[in-house]
Amino acid sequence: MINTIHKLEKTAIQVRRSILQTTHTAGCGHTGGSLSEADILTALYFHIMRIDPRIPHKQGRDRFILSKGHATPGYYSVLALRGFFPEEELNTFDRYGSRLQGHPDMHKTPGVDISTGSLGQGISLGIGMALSAARNKEEYRVFVLLGDGEMQEGQVWEAALYAGSHRIQQLIAITDYNKVQLADTVKGTSDLEPIGDKWRAFGWSVLECDGHNMAELVPTLEKACEIAKSGPVMVLAHTVKGKGVSFMEGKYIWHGKSPNDTEYKAAMTELNIIEEACNENR
Amino acid sequence: MKIGDMIASRVAFGKALVEAAEEFKNLLVFDADVNASTQTHFFKEAYPDRFYQCGIAEANMVGMAAGISTNGWTPFVSTFAVFLAKRAADQIRVSVAYPALNVKLNGAYGGLPTGKAGATHSSVEDIAVMRAMPNMKVLIPADPVETRSAVMLALKTPGPVYIRTVRCPVPVIFPESYKMELGKGLEIHTGNDIAVVSTGMMTPKALTAAENLERRGIRVRVIHMGTIKPLDKDIIIRAARDCGHIITVENHSIIGGLGGAVAEVLSEHQPCFLTRLGFPDIFMESGENEEIFSSLGINTENIEEAVKRILGRK
Repeated sequence: MINTIHKLEKTAIQVRRSILQTTHTAGCGHTGGSLSEADILTALYFHIMRIDPRIPHKQGRDRFILSKGHATPGYYSVLALRGFFPEEELNTFDRYGSRLQGHPDMHKTPGVDISTGSLGQGISLGIGMALSAARNKEEYRVFVLLGDGEMQEGQVWEAALYAGSHRIQQLIAITDYNKVQLADTVKGTSDLEPIGDKWRAFGWSVLECDGHNMAELVPTLEKACEIAKSGPVMVLAHTVKGKGVSFMEGKYIWHGKSPNDTEYKAAMTELNIIEEACNENR
Repeated sequence: MKIGDMIASRVAFGKALVEAAEEFKNLLVFDADVNASTQTHFFKEAYPDRFYQCGIAEANMVGMAAGISTNGWTPFVSTFAVFLAKRAADQIRVSVAYPALNVKLNGAYGGLPTGKAGATHSSVEDIAVMRAMPNMKVLIPADPVETRSAVMLALKTPGPVYIRTVRCPVPVIFPESYKMELGKGLEIHTGNDIAVVSTGMMTPKALTAAENLERRGIRVRVIHMGTIKPLDKDIIIRAARDCGHIITVENHSIIGGLGGAVAEVLSEHQPCFLTRLGFPDIFMESGENEEIFSSLGINTENIEEAVKRILGRK
């Protein structure tokens, strides 16, 4: 297990490098939220999810929905590193004609299970996929990654109500709870707290963990998968927007911004230091 | 169903779903607490395990349907047009139309007739909204026979399809054997003096108007446009060439609906005079359907008057 955690930590550093390179090359993209979701996506795609990058549409595979659809640099980086498409293709991100659109397109990008982009829609899609698993007697799990800000959308609560009252199984929602949205903090916009109580009141099981600590994140997600056999689960993963790059951390201006040359170099240097520390701690 | 029978297309729709369930084993029905009104209760009673009651939450309903469709199921999402096409517009756009998922939509209570519910429930702009969405097909059947056929056509057509049905009884004008064709307008009354292009429940009215005018020696070509998108451009262009003036008639705003669609075709391909009969950019109000249709100038007698007025000028 220690070995697994260490490997995942190293992979997550690689994902962060890839995110920075992707948005730096494109000159655009959502860097902050991609860095905050990096560990969650790494844990899912490199450990938790039953998938086969050689057969992206494999019958019975686990499904993933990026409800916070703008965080594609993180999503695409993980898909590329996992082998769904060549890493070099990340350099085409957001370019006209690219398979890597600003928001996920299920018909363009290998590994993307469903198109998203307009916030608040992911859990509803996830319920439909989970219902389909039940109808088809398939055992796949459905993972939905939400941003915290998007919980201000009413549809999230329509979906929460339905999934809770119908005890939808095999549905695992994860909140990338970085506490910062596009224009301000979440607290300064429409505070979600007490967020765990809200989901519990809607009939969901709620787990919380540090969304950047693999040793917490992995067992929490594994536990979520167990609990999801009997009803919907919300994992509140406490994260930091821009995690891994000191001058981006917790700052809403990094929501939809890409690093310039100087910032890119400084950020990559920081990641090198994190990687060295990671190697030493082994 | 015999010619002249008065049956609401919502009833024909509800029964068609039950009929389709045997052939289309993957058909599921999604409702937002209005199955007693939209008549999907027939399906609910016949196939309870294929019916999802989603509650009064249209956005979530559309999302759930999109999700289930990704794995081989064909959901028919049904609720009032006014809520489906607008309250869930973004969900239809992003979760259904953009990924071109196999989700079918029934906009019930289309247009004015809502049982006197008035402005909030009368959908004046759903055709305009649905027609503007890429990947979306829009069907507006004229009578109960065509409604049944539209359901089958929607299920056979891959990708998103929006069907608009109405609450009030309408006369059967098509024989039982009639089969709707996607993207085909239908000349249901011949004539070259003027052309009336109508859709949905206005088509029986246009047909009656043409028959009445025929007795007075006025020959009106009536084209029923059962598919608004993809639109049969050729039949419109031919009508413009042959008749020189087109009247459109619809149970919808003249902005963006059939009138708008015909205007687009004419102005680009065959400019001719056009008169649009429909809702004149206003909200509806409570009252008897026929009374309001008459006051809006879109009833049978209004169509006849419009024809005579235009031909008098010609």
